[in-house]
Amino acid sequence: MMNKNEQKISIGKKIGGFIRSNPVPMMFVLICAVCIPISGFSAGYLLNEIITRMGRNIFLILSLLIPIMAGMGLNFGMTLGAMAGEIGLILVADWQIWGIPGIILAMIISIPLSIGLGILCGNLLNRAKGREMVTSLIISYFMNGLYQLVVLYMMGSIIPIKHYSIMLPRGYGIRNTVSLLNMRQSLDNLLAINIGNVKIPVLTFLIIAALCFFIIWFRKTKLGQDMRAVGQDMDVARDAGINVDKTRIISIVMSTVFAGFGMIIYLQNIGNMPTYSAHSQIGMFCIAALLIGGASVDKASIGNVFLGVILFHLMFIVAPKTGAVITGDSMIGEYFRVFVSYGVITVALIMYETKKRKAKAKAGRQLELAQTGEDKQ
Amino acid sequence: MVKNNSPLLEMRNIKKDFQGNQVLTDINLTLKEGEVLGLVGENGAGKSTLMKILFGMDVIKETGGYEGEILVNGVKAEFATPFDALAAGIGMVHQEFSLIPGFTTTENILLNREPKKRNVISEIFGERLNTLDYNEMTGRAEHAIEKMGVKIDANMVISDMPVGHKQFTEIARELSKEQLKILILDEPTAVLTEKEAEALISSIRGMASRGIAVIFITHRLHEILTVCDKVVVMRDGYVVKDVPAKQTNVAEITKWMVGRSVNSSAAKDSTADENAKVIMSIRKLWVDMPGETVRNVSIDVREGEILGIGGLAGQGKLGIPNGIMGLYEAGGTVELEGKEIALNNPRKCLDASIAFVSEDRRGVGLLLDETLEWNIAFPAMQIQNKFLKNLLGGLIKWRDEKAIHKVTQKYIDELAIKCTSSKQQAKELSGGNQQKICLAKAFALEPKFLFVSEPTRGIDVGAKSLVLNALKKLNKEKGVTIVMVSSELEELRQTCDRIAIVSGGKIAGILPATDSSEDFGLLMVSQVK
Repeated sequence: MMNKNEQKISIGKKIGGFIRSNPVPMMFVLICAVCIPISGFSAGYLLNEIITRMGRNIFLILSLLIPIMAGMGLNFGMTLGAMAGEIGLILVADWQIWGIPGIILAMIISIPLSIGLGILCGNLLNRAKGREMVTSLIISYFMNGLYQLVVLYMMGSIIPIKHYSIMLPRGYGIRNTVSLLNMRQSLDNLLAINIGNVKIPVLTFLIIAALCFFIIWFRKTKLGQDMRAVGQDMDVARDAGINVDKTRIISIVMSTVFAGFGMIIYLQNIGNMPTYSAHSQIGMFCIAALLIGGASVDKASIGNVFLGVILFHLMFIVAPKTGAVITGDSMIGEYFRVFVSYGVITVALIMYETKKRKAKAKAGRQLELAQTGEDKQ
Repeated sequence: MVKNNSPLLEMRNIKKDFQGNQVLTDINLTLKEGEVLGLVGENGAGKSTLMKILFGMDVIKETGGYEGEILVNGVKAEFATPFDALAAGIGMVHQEFSLIPGFTTTENILLNREPKKRNVISEIFGERLNTLDYNEMTGRAEHAIEKMGVKIDANMVISDMPVGHKQFTEIARELSKEQLKILILDEPTAVLTEKEAEALISSIRGMASRGIAVIFITHRLHEILTVCDKVVVMRDGYVVKDVPAKQTNVAEITKWMVGRSVNSSAAKDSTADENAKVIMSIRKLWVDMPGETVRNVSIDVREGEILGIGGLAGQGKLGIPNGIMGLYEAGGTVELEGKEIALNNPRKCLDASIAFVSEDRRGVGLLLDETLEWNIAFPAMQIQNKFLKNLLGGLIKWRDEKAIHKVTQKYIDELAIKCTSSKQQAKELSGGNQQKICLAKAFALEPKFLFVSEPTRGIDVGAKSLVLNALKKLNKEKGVTIVMVSSELEELRQTCDRIAIVSGGKIAGILPATDSSEDFGLLMVSQVK
């Protein structure tokens, strides 16, 4: 009897501890729990939506994990990869190569662009160690300007663009939206199975699983070990003979390459591409989703990615309807999306600092404790 | 066959200066296989510099290299980087830990030397994608731990470990290097508990019996006597004694360590009243200052005295003023004239008329880009509303430039600060003059109680005596109680009435300044329980 009671207590304690150490995910579980019944959506509808969005987003968010492992924080460098992916898509759309071959070709085109941008970004971030997050954010704004220069002025004038359907009427530059209707969900529909009303894009999930296994495997490689060492203490890693700067650059390059693939997967699911805005908020939404999943600036796991995507999107599906039910205005959903994303990032950054301070205060408490222990003796 | 007869390591006529300042003169050392050499000396005696030369640290090359030669197995060796020294079989365990906090013992021991397995992907993308061979890693780490002879858990994460185990992990890392012949241990026992220190001592013996030569630097002299084959005592950049450990004792070593020409520094005649009332009473103070932790310090400061706080580097003497002034997290109680002062709140201390001259001149002490006038007047302006003109009945406060100029000029004259004008920027002054500005800044507050931390660090002899005299004058004429922290015992003896020696974060004892250097030396190396 005693044993059972003890077990109960320890399980209760564990749950309590879990809630306390993961306040952000818990908050969103609570929000969703309140919103779902009010919105009145059916379980089947919600499940279908969530699965679609998981397939759409997870690959992109996974691309954030490697820089976090290398101690470069929540990195907006992925936005650069997203731009590379978009350029790949514009080119294949112009060449009229659709379906799976189009997707694969777009990915191949994005690789050299992602690598180039990643090396540039990594080099810049090596000059701003400890301030990677804000620096990469500003770099992404800056590169957005270059992207516009290329897409708005150079495509059609310097870079040959044949197809008028994607070009602006003036003869150069790309239209505001590029239709990807001919490759829409071609990845998702291949090998897709339907269970009830829920469509499961098996191939997309297989690709995501492959990336997850790659990340797990990568942690056990020499390079992965070096990244973890660099991420925790650059000076110690350098003293041990690890090339810190190069390791950091490689982590950013891996992130941009994966983000390029992720962006292509994301856009083929949606089926059209807002040429000038697709990448602009993607970094922020991915980072917010990751943080909602319980990640922090220096620690993130694959589990955080999955939990984050589910909670983040569940909220966005139910919040507009809930808002409409309560206030009669469905625009509140979009408002909520941006508001929550910024809010979550702010909260996560503040919590990260408080945690560090708490750890410091704990060292002091220990000193005090050791001293009272001595007095008693 | 010449090789076999020559010692494992020989250092011949090593000389080193930093910008003309001779720190090592004609150092000769020999070390045989399996020999344990104890290297002792006060702070600044040159031990660390000597070891930096031996280990090929960058700082030596950057400051112009060294003279003399180092021979390993009778062959002349030049180490441009620590990696060269490592390749030659020299390993060093530094005072600061160099460990990755989130890694296990095994991962840290084999950091960047992990055994690897090839795979398909690494064949294409290069060997950095080889996977780690965890079984082999565990094996090698356990082998290194076994060599050390101390049991530690190979799978424990560093951040969860007690300090002692971290130290052992560092040592095991050096031992895991197959080529290791000479191991330098720089104060390895400073952070250990007595039990851990004993374990370390016995593991040093174990290493020696396996043929590894050990250079053991420590301030705990009894450890030297228990484990070392010979003792080398350094003082002021010279080797003053090189004797077998069996032929000496703690008292003798202490004398060699501190026994400089004592006549140069007659202790100050104490003028302080023995029965003066207690102005500041410190009880159970702890301070979490990295590298200068203070543990359970209780001490009374009498009104009108100059109290010195001495001790070796890293023992916690700097933590006392920094903790009381609120620059680092602290706890316990501090009372000034019977009123308790809130800790962790610099403003409260300053309001209570306590001033502080920090050892960190450039970081804490000065506004480097501002003029001398600003530097001197700023705290007084901020804290006491001095040098301000009230306009509109105090609604607007205006700086009183004239008063500021006057007071700055006064201190420039009094302390003989060398500058082009009182409008010069603080960063343009030399170290000694910057220190005088720091003093002037504290003096301008007209405090009742003054903390001075390392007031003569890095300044020349002339400026030194001026700074010390200024402190003595302030004490005598204005009756300000001063607590002065310094690494230089002689300086404390010249200036202070009583000197407290800190060891291991605790007060080892308080002696009048007139006591002999040897007595202070003994306190410095003593272990306080």
